Amino acid sequence: MKICLLLLSAALSGFVFATSELVEFSDPSYRARYQQLITELRCPKCQNQNLADSNSPISRDLRNEVQRLLEDGLSNQEIETYLTNRYSAFILYRPEVNKNTYLLWVSPLIILLVGGLVVARFSRQGVSATKSQEIAPDSDERLNDLLSDEEDG
Amino acid sequence: MIRLALFVPLALFIGLSALLLLGLDKDPTELPSALVGEKFPSFTLIALDEEQGMLSEKDLIGEVALVNVWATWCYACRIEHPMLNQLNEQGVKVIGLNYKDERESAKKWLDLRGDPYAFSIFDVRGSLGLDLGVYGAPETYLIDATGVIRHRRVGVVDERIWTNEFQDLYAQLKEESQ
Repeated sequence: MKICLLLLSAALSGFVFATSELVEFSDPSYRARYQQLITELRCPKCQNQNLADSNSPISRDLRNEVQRLLEDGLSNQEIETYLTNRYSAFILYRPEVNKNTYLLWVSPLIILLVGGLVVARFSRQGVSATKSQEIAPDSDERLNDLLSDEEDG
Repeated sequence: MIRLALFVPLALFIGLSALLLLGLDKDPTELPSALVGEKFPSFTLIALDEEQGMLSEKDLIGEVALVNVWATWCYACRIEHPMLNQLNEQGVKVIGLNYKDERESAKKWLDLRGDPYAFSIFDVRGSLGLDLGVYGAPETYLIDATGVIRHRRVGVVDERIWTNEFQDLYAQLKEESQ
């Protein structure tokens, strides 16, 4: 059953990419860049899909636009700027690092750092806690007493 | 000291909750506008009514106006149309941008529902729409007398949105232009 599903999804995945496979380029090296760009550019209408996955009319238009700009000889950076000027940084799945986005970029580091500090602190506390629970010297004797009492009884 | 440190997670939790609560009010389908404060993009396109000939960004300069992106395939435009007629009657200049549409059905639409537009730009391929960053019709842009975009609304402009977002700015721009 699982294998059937796997085969089915593999067979269907071809249709998902069918739209981008029909694109013709004058220079074969454009294809890889085209694929990369439409994977990293976000469809402005459909919130959480990239241009490659979305079949909305606006995504189709933007894929054509990316193709046209590639054929015009623009660099990836220039194409992203071109689209950002029109659709805002929303369209980038990999936003540039600037004053609006630096928090987005550094927050994983900050969280990792804070988490690391917390872990370090608690693990040290754990060590000192076990140390403080060392058995008092006279408790051995008491234990022996209790045990021998039990044997006697 | 250690006692206080125990409250740090609670404080973080409350802070994060407040942040997320504020986020709930935001509409995620509303994109930040890239063109507010910029010149209306240049274009050369024919008018929906061919007799009006070719149009360019220069035809938008000189008067404070609304540029309304519309199409006959756009259901929400149907709802918005009476509001545009009303604004036109109030003396607001409305310019149409007929976006990726068919000429005949667009003309029929205006015959049927009334034509609030001073003229409509016929953007059959959506090239001007792309330069404007249009991602859904209807959209409405408020441009000042020098042709700079001052406000953008994606979605239907109704009475409430006109009053809240456009009215004051429109009056202010109108005053400035005189």
